[in-house]
Parts: sequence; structure tokens; C-alpha cells
Amino acid sequence: MTEVIRAENVTRVLEGEVPVTLVRDVNLQIEHGEFVVIMGPSGSGKSSLLYLLGLLDVPTSGRIAIDGQDTSGFDDDGLTAFRLAKLGYVFQFHFLLAEFSALDNVLLPIRKLAKLDDAEAHARALELLERLGMADQQHKRPSQLSGGQRQRVAIARALANDPLVILADEPTGNLDSAASQNVRDILRTLTRDMGKTVVAVTHDSQFASVADRRIGIVDGRIDMAWRPGVG
Amino acid sequence: MAVAFDIALAHLTSRKRQTLVSLTGVVLGVAFFLAVSSLMRGSEKDFLKRLVDNSPHITVYDEFRHAREQPAVLRWPDAAVAVRNVRPQRETRGIRGWPERLAAIEALPGLRAAPVLTGSAVLTFAGRRQGVSLSGVVPEKMKHVSTIEEKMTHGTLDSLAADPNGVIVGQGLIDKFSLHLGSTLTVLADDGQSRALRVVGIFRTGNAAYDEGQAFVLLKRAQALLGRENRINRVIIQMDDAYASQGAAQTIEAAVGYKSVSWIEASEDILSLLLVRNIIMYSVVSAILVVASFGIYNTISTIVMEKTRDIAIMKSMGFRARDVRRIFLIEGVIVGLFGSTFGVLFGVALMKLLEAIEIRPPGVVEIVHLPVWWGPEQYALAAAFAMLSCIAASYLPARRAGQVHPVDILRGAA
Repeated sequence: MTEVIRAENVTRVLEGEVPVTLVRDVNLQIEHGEFVVIMGPSGSGKSSLLYLLGLLDVPTSGRIAIDGQDTSGFDDDGLTAFRLAKLGYVFQFHFLLAEFSALDNVLLPIRKLAKLDDAEAHARALELLERLGMADQQHKRPSQLSGGQRQRVAIARALANDPLVILADEPTGNLDSAASQNVRDILRTLTRDMGKTVVAVTHDSQFASVADRRIGIVDGRIDMAWRPGVG
Repeated sequence: MAVAFDIALAHLTSRKRQTLVSLTGVVLGVAFFLAVSSLMRGSEKDFLKRLVDNSPHITVYDEFRHAREQPAVLRWPDAAVAVRNVRPQRETRGIRGWPERLAAIEALPGLRAAPVLTGSAVLTFAGRRQGVSLSGVVPEKMKHVSTIEEKMTHGTLDSLAADPNGVIVGQGLIDKFSLHLGSTLTVLADDGQSRALRVVGIFRTGNAAYDEGQAFVLLKRAQALLGRENRINRVIIQMDDAYASQGAAQTIEAAVGYKSVSWIEASEDILSLLLVRNIIMYSVVSAILVVASFGIYNTISTIVMEKTRDIAIMKSMGFRARDVRRIFLIEGVIVGLFGSTFGVLFGVALMKLLEAIEIRPPGVVEIVHLPVWWGPEQYALAAAFAMLSCIAASYLPARRAGQVHPVDILRGAA
């Protein structure tokens, strides 16, 4: 197996009158095709770690390499271009653009990357919706879809540019149990059948149970002994 | 680019009412800009036309712009020559050898010239007197350079040629002296010469002072009456292109030596006044568009505020700060484009409406229309200013949108 994400001594301090250390000296390797879950109590810094691994935030010190590329020298535009081509995101809230149909939302990153022509892009978006069982809802606006359906469109959007890694921040946080299970199964399938790497932050122990590996975070540090309910 | 455009359009169409309100602001701004500009520029053109048509484009006077050098100075240009007690030569004033000079002027292209001898005289009739400016003219030349022929209510300039003792006077004098066509009145010149003249023509310009104080006779008759045989003191010139007068006046002055004044030089004060008036007018109408741009600022600011989550997800997805900025700038450009297009259409409709208005000024018989100018540059100016205000108004919200940091928003939302 090849390494997809490597974090070395990553620390993130939020500047302010009282500086807050969100992530402290984290070392982490994630392999290709792994389904990794980051867990921990509220405010432990698990989302902050996810943002760092997803290149949405920049570490105060330490370095993060993705797909063998050290990202510490990248400027904002470089990080943005990297995210567009290699990373996909799923958040607790679907964050779909309300004015666009499900299909257009999935098309957005494909059109932005501009590697496919219109017909190819359309076919690709439709294929993704089909894979997630949303092809028949393609023309509906987000407001006309259920929570679970929206999250599936959001996953299709995250997959749009065939990324290496899907980063998910509480992807089932807003869903009922049936929808949660559906999303969980989808993410599991992505790693098994499509060879994607999934890194997810969650509170949901059922969600965590399907993962290949669980990483506990307490006070910004990796704590492998942490278990839900322990504190 | 296409993605940015689609998002921009989606933002604007999803808030139809607010978009429509800011669009209306621009449309009205552009339309009023055009209506006011066309009226002001129209009245300016109208005024200039009157100014240009009613006075000669160029007048050559029997004067020199600079005093002539003394012969001694010309003979020894490098010497320190002092000529004392210089007294003007007593001579009959006027343009000497005028037929040759007139021919030289007429040889220039695009103009018509007429010789005039003007002096003051007193008209008397039945014991009443009126000081007038007496102009001796050559009718067949005069009618091509002056609008007086068009203002004749009785007779023509050619009536003078038919009757060497004829005089043409204004309606004002006719009323004052209770004259009619064919009446005989006496002209008294400066040096006491007098002659009986018969009224062969009457003009009416609407300018009371001119209609009472101006009389036309044949050039020969004026020369005899004023004691200035073979002299004229003015050449009046009408150009095909009034705005070429300035250059032509310089050419003529260089050719004939006498002071030649174009209407542009003579009306410098009025022209600069009109320029100032235009600057004021354009500042005021532009202010309307500045006010309209606040509406756009408000709309786009609201969109940016409401769409921070969308902006955050777009940025995390791979939109750079400038891609996000572009979306909101495009929104300003869309409002600007539609605003100026519909604004120009509405403005043209307003201008048509203004042009159709009929006004009857008190005491005037004929119906006057508002002078509307249809010059193309004002449309360009209005549209350009509208675009500029829209882009400026969208720039600030666009910049703020570009600065949105996705993590800040995601943290807040989670």
C-alpha cells in the first residue's frame, strides 16, 4: 500500500489575545484506500486536524505531504488548485448551492477544473449521481430533496474530479439513522470499490465501527487510548 | 468564466425583487442623464446656431491688430531708433483698395464675403429723429452672407439695386415713425450731408434695438453720404463650416493684413460659459448614477452576506479568491449592462417625448419645440458612467467575498 497523507509534527495555533493551540504535534500516515475515522470529545481539535489534512488550513509548524508532495511551500492559489484536483469534501451541512439543481451542483467542480468538455462533464456528473442512486433526482433543487438525498448529492460533488482523498466532517451529523447508514455504506464502498481514501471526523460510534482505523484526538493530540464515552 | 457567470446570474435571478430595484435605479439614472444631457446640449446648439447665424462668421475690420512699425524702425531694424512726436496721418479711414482684397478673400475656398461700409447717421421724418447705424451694402453679395434677406417682411435686398435712393429699415422704426413702404425720409450724415431716401424694404429680426437702429442703403450711397468714397470699413464673411472660422480668420488676416475676428474669438466668453455649464450639468446627472450605484452596492452586499456558506464551499472546492471576486463583479457588470441598455431605450423614449412638447412663449406667435440633441456621444457617456458606477459598487462586496476564509465559516457552521 502507498502512503497518501503524511503529517509530520503538525501544530496549529490560533493567534489572538490568548493563543489557542488547536492541534499539537501530530504525526500521522494514511495509506491509499484506507477508511480512517478521527474521533474525540467536542472541541478536541478533530475538525481542525481534518481542515489541516484537507489543506483548508495551514499548520503553524510541521509539514503535510499529500500524494508524496510536500504542501508547505504552497501559496493560497497553489493549495486551492491542489484541492480542486485531488481532494473532495463532505460536510455536516450539505452546502449545496440552493439556486442550482443536483446535477449542476455536481457539475460545478468539474467545470471549474475544465478538463472535460461539456458533454463529458455532463456524462460524468450523471454517472456519479447514478452510482449514488440520485439519477432520477438530477433536476431537483436542494430544497426539494431530503437530508439524506442532499448528502448523497454532496458526496457526488466531492467525487466530481475523481479525487484521491475524500474528507468528511461529521457527514452523518444531521441525518436520521436510516440515512446515516446509507451514507456510511456509501463511504465504505468508495474505499472498497473505487479505491478512494476516506478521512472522516465523527461522533457516531456506529459510523466509526465500519472504519479501517480509528484515531482518537484529545486536546489536539493523538490519543489512541480514547474511546467514545470515556470522556 | 462560464461557471462564474452562471453563479452570478443565479444569484441575481434568485433575488428578483431586489435586483429589479437596483436595475431600475440604473435605468432611471441613465434615462435622466440622457434626457437632461440632450436638452442642455440641444439648447446649447440652438443658442450657438442663433449666435453663428445672426452674426458674421468672420469680420475683417479696417484696423490692425498691432500698430504698424515706423518706417525708420523698418529701415534700421537693429538700431536703437526713437521716433518722437508721432502723430497719426490724417486720412480717410477704411480698408484701402478693397476690391483687390475682397477678391483675395473670395479666392479662398468654402466662404462667401461681402463688403460693408458702416457709419452712424440720423434719420428724420416729420420732425422726429432717430440715430441709426447705416450700412452700405452690395445687395447681390450681401444676400449670400447675411440672414437679413430671410428677415425681410416687405421687399428684398435687391430692391436697393433697383432704386439707388432706396433704404431698408426695421419694423421697429416703421412703427415708431408711422412709416410704410414707399415713405420718404431724410438721412443726415455726421458731416451735415443730407439726402431724401425712400423706404423700399422692411425687415424684422425680433431684436428691438436692431429693428429700430439699423438701416441698409447701397454701398455707393453710403460712401457718398459718409464722405468716404471708394472705402469700406468691414468685410463680412460666412463660412460653409462655421467651426472652421478660427483658422480661416488667421489665414485672412495673414493675407490682407487687416484685423480679422472670427465669431469664436468674439464669443470666447460665451463659449467658456457653455463649457462650464456642461461640466455642471454632467456632474449633476452623474450624481444620479452615483446614487443608483448605492442600490447595487446594497444588493450585492446582501448577496455576499447571505452566501458566505456558498462562498466557503466554493473556496474549499477549488475556487480561488479571484474566482469568487469575479462572480460578484460579474453581477455588477450584468446590472450595468442591462441598466444601461434599458436606460438608453427609456432615455430615447423620454427624449422623443420632450421633443414632442409644444411651447408657446408669451408674445410669440410661432410654436417652439424643446431643442433636443441626438448626438451619439452622450449615449456612450451615460452607458460608460453607468458601467463604471456598477463595477465600483460591486467591487467592495466582491473584495469582501474574496476574503472569506472557508475554515472560519465551516467552524461556525459545525
